[in-house]
Amino acid sequence: MLNVKEMLEELKASPYEEIEVVTPHTGVIQFVGLKAGDRVAGPGGKWNEKPGSVLATLTREKNKKNICATQKGVVTDIAADLEGQFVEAGVRLLTIRHFLSKDEVIARILKKALYLFCAPERAKYYFVPEIDGKIKAGGEQSVKPRDGMEMFIVSRMKRETPLAYSGPEGIIYAVYFQQGDNVDGGQPLIGVCQESQLTLIQDVVNRVQGEWEEQD
Amino acid sequence: MDIDKRTQQLAARLSYIRDIFGPRENASVALLKHRLEEFLTCAPGYGMRELQVQVGRLEELFSLLEGKLEGELSPMDRVRIVRHPQRISLKDILENVYDNYTEIGGQDEWSIDPGMLIARATIARRMGKQTVHQPVMVIGQEKGHGQEFRNGGSIKPWGNANALFYMRVAETENIPIHTYVFTPGAFPVEDYPGAAQQIARNLYVMAGLKVPVVAVFSEGGSGGAEAIALADKRLMLSHGYYSVISPEGAAAIEGGLKNKATPELIERCAERLNITAEDNLRLGFIDRVIQEPPLGARPDNYEFFRSLRREVIRATDEVVHGAQGLGPLRALAMRRSKVGMDPQDIFVRWSLRSGARDGLVARRYAKFRAMSKSALRDNRTIGTRLAVGLARVLWQVHSLLRHDIFAKYKRRLSGLLEQWEAELRALGLGLGSLLGRDGSGTRLGVPKEALSRLTSLSCPEEGACRTEDAWVYVSPKSREDRTVTCPNAASHGCQDLWAPDLYGEFAGVCSHCGHHFPMEFQWYLYNVFDFAHAYEFNAELESGNPLHYEGFDLKLAEAKRATGLGSSCITFETRMQGIAVVVAVLVNPFRGGTVGAAEGEKLIRAIERARIKRMPFFMYSHGTAGIRIQEGTCGVIQMPRVTMAVRRYIDAGGLYLVLYDTNSYAGPVASFLGCSPYQFAVRSSNLGFAGPGVIRETTGVIVPPKYHRAFSALSRGHIQGIWDRRDLRKNLHQALLTMGGSNLYYR
Repeated sequence: MLNVKEMLEELKASPYEEIEVVTPHTGVIQFVGLKAGDRVAGPGGKWNEKPGSVLATLTREKNKKNICATQKGVVTDIAADLEGQFVEAGVRLLTIRHFLSKDEVIARILKKALYLFCAPERAKYYFVPEIDGKIKAGGEQSVKPRDGMEMFIVSRMKRETPLAYSGPEGIIYAVYFQQGDNVDGGQPLIGVCQESQLTLIQDVVNRVQGEWEEQD
Repeated sequence: MDIDKRTQQLAARLSYIRDIFGPRENASVALLKHRLEEFLTCAPGYGMRELQVQVGRLEELFSLLEGKLEGELSPMDRVRIVRHPQRISLKDILENVYDNYTEIGGQDEWSIDPGMLIARATIARRMGKQTVHQPVMVIGQEKGHGQEFRNGGSIKPWGNANALFYMRVAETENIPIHTYVFTPGAFPVEDYPGAAQQIARNLYVMAGLKVPVVAVFSEGGSGGAEAIALADKRLMLSHGYYSVISPEGAAAIEGGLKNKATPELIERCAERLNITAEDNLRLGFIDRVIQEPPLGARPDNYEFFRSLRREVIRATDEVVHGAQGLGPLRALAMRRSKVGMDPQDIFVRWSLRSGARDGLVARRYAKFRAMSKSALRDNRTIGTRLAVGLARVLWQVHSLLRHDIFAKYKRRLSGLLEQWEAELRALGLGLGSLLGRDGSGTRLGVPKEALSRLTSLSCPEEGACRTEDAWVYVSPKSREDRTVTCPNAASHGCQDLWAPDLYGEFAGVCSHCGHHFPMEFQWYLYNVFDFAHAYEFNAELESGNPLHYEGFDLKLAEAKRATGLGSSCITFETRMQGIAVVVAVLVNPFRGGTVGAAEGEKLIRAIERARIKRMPFFMYSHGTAGIRIQEGTCGVIQMPRVTMAVRRYIDAGGLYLVLYDTNSYAGPVASFLGCSPYQFAVRSSNLGFAGPGVIRETTGVIVPPKYHRAFSALSRGHIQGIWDRRDLRKNLHQALLTMGGSNLYYR
């Protein structure tokens, strides 16, 4: 059985992710004066259209490119000896310590604790009428999916086909799609957890929501 | 009147004056403030009679000093006047100038665009003892005395579309249109139908409206104003402004878009742009100024509304008179009438006779054609000018003989022959077989050489047979030994491209994702339009600095030196696979491809040339940033001017085709480029009304990163297709074969 509490403790002990920035291709490296401990910003703007802070430049064939931070965080451990050197592709330049936000922590816990049943193709998805009725009457947790159970209707170009659930038995923890909206292939439709773990997961999520301290 | 009320009015007058003069120190304003405060502190001690006397004195002082302050108004003060919530609005005009009206474009906030007010109104006129109600269509922006939902008269595309619909209604009903311009500028969103495209449509339709149009300007901000202001008579309120861009916008561009412009810079820009009624009258962009009371008209200035009514009636009368002529006695009376005389005394019916309607449009064109003539530098000698004039006349005669007379009979004859042949074919007898030809052999059979060309392999032994890759002009960027990264590399995984490949053989197109890197205008001139064999004309017309905008002479000289051009527009005649065409190119490196008086004049002459010589007309925008703001209204007037020329050309049966490249924005897109029925874009180009920065500044909306991409414009219906740069020649030729009006004789 998955120990969710232990997982949370583990995350609390090291509440960050270490991102190694490596060179995408060969070239001459020039750092932009960052020191260990400096803060860098990740991509910004409403559509993430603004690239993150410049970490270094890589020049190959007189073509100077910026290497930007992919997440916000603190710079640790710069390979300063590479300054001005020609490097191969995949060489580590620096590490960014990215502190996890609440949403990221919850996403990590759920990723481990839940079984995600994903959409096989881009289409509109609906629950079959019995399950839809059940969810409306008794909430998501009233449905207990089991392998081979016909749960969804896939509607594509006005043609509707049934879709059966496949995966471990349990109860629906969350529904990730809106009925009638298009869902891309590979996107999760429902998250299923073991019935015994439901209260535990909910408890942990609530605790993260309440207690997790976000660090910039 | 009640003393309290009079005191309150004085306080309101003072606060209005202080609003107008802004933060500036002014002795008269200080004096008024001091006197009013003094009165208010002493008032409790005065008796009734004394109060009357004191208030009377104060009122006199206010009137006197308001008259004095009137003389001290700077252009920016006038901008503040027209934007003041107490400024007269269109509703006040409808109430006070017209005798009756019904709003038809929606009511208050229940309107597709509450900023655009459309109403059917009537003006009652006397004809002896009889009263005649003359109907008019009133269209204009309503600022609404601080009603937030009116959006300050900044009109969204659908508001302009609504205005256009009712202009057409007025045309059907044959009633004049009175437009009132109260807008700081159009709302620059690209949602369907798109700000630029809708303004272009409005201009295009107004260029050919067959009913009298009278425009009255209060606040005329750029494209938003032009959308309803292409008129036979253009009147302006004495405290209004009419400008290519708001002074704040000009200052933002002048001071660099990153920094916030200072109030001093905004003041300076307002002065340099020549935006006042007086300036515009001097420059010839408006016909008359309607005098307002000191410090601007407010809703209770009833005398002003009377004079406005007289002026709009007079203007409409004059337009009707110009188009269809009045009786000799009325014409004489109208000539003799003074400004102050009531035009009511002469009766003019405003519905035009059918014969006069075309004349009206021709007069409108002539009126705009004559504007801004002196705002450019014409370096041609008198001899050249005479020769050009003579050639023009000869071409007109030639076209008349060849296309109008000879071709007409030829068409009739061939039509007749075609009909006979079809009749005979119905009988199972081809005309060919009647004439002894074997139809099946020559018509359906493929000639031998064509067969071998189509079926045999290319010539590998002679090296690569790549005729389409052999560019005549190769970009100098291809001489650099370096690699270039495609901007789509992150999302599409494009490899770095070697510059000699990219800018040479690949014609600036990423070989992986098809992204088009910008290329020099020469690349297009030589590789697409065969400029080496083209005949360039009007190169001697050069951009000038008509408003003597400070520091602009230097910038202009620098642009001329750097590009070797006299203006941002090149016009020439060339042949595309045997078909003669007139081409105009807007060149991006010359002041951002901005359009001023010289460019407008060159474009009009090119369009007229295409019309007279019956040739298709291509407009290639290598990139344009809009109207050249340093030329002020001389620039913005090119929007209606060139659009009218385009309209005239298309009505005469021409093919007008537009091709956008790199970045095309603002005025040109919202007028002569956007009005073409056939618009295409080179891949990876952007087009729209205002750039992302301007949209953010003016509306507070942050637009998504690919908001202005040609593909968005295509899905919106603005453009008709997106072309690959390497296929331009082929596509343009294809367009020539499949599109266009009736007058293209190459078919």
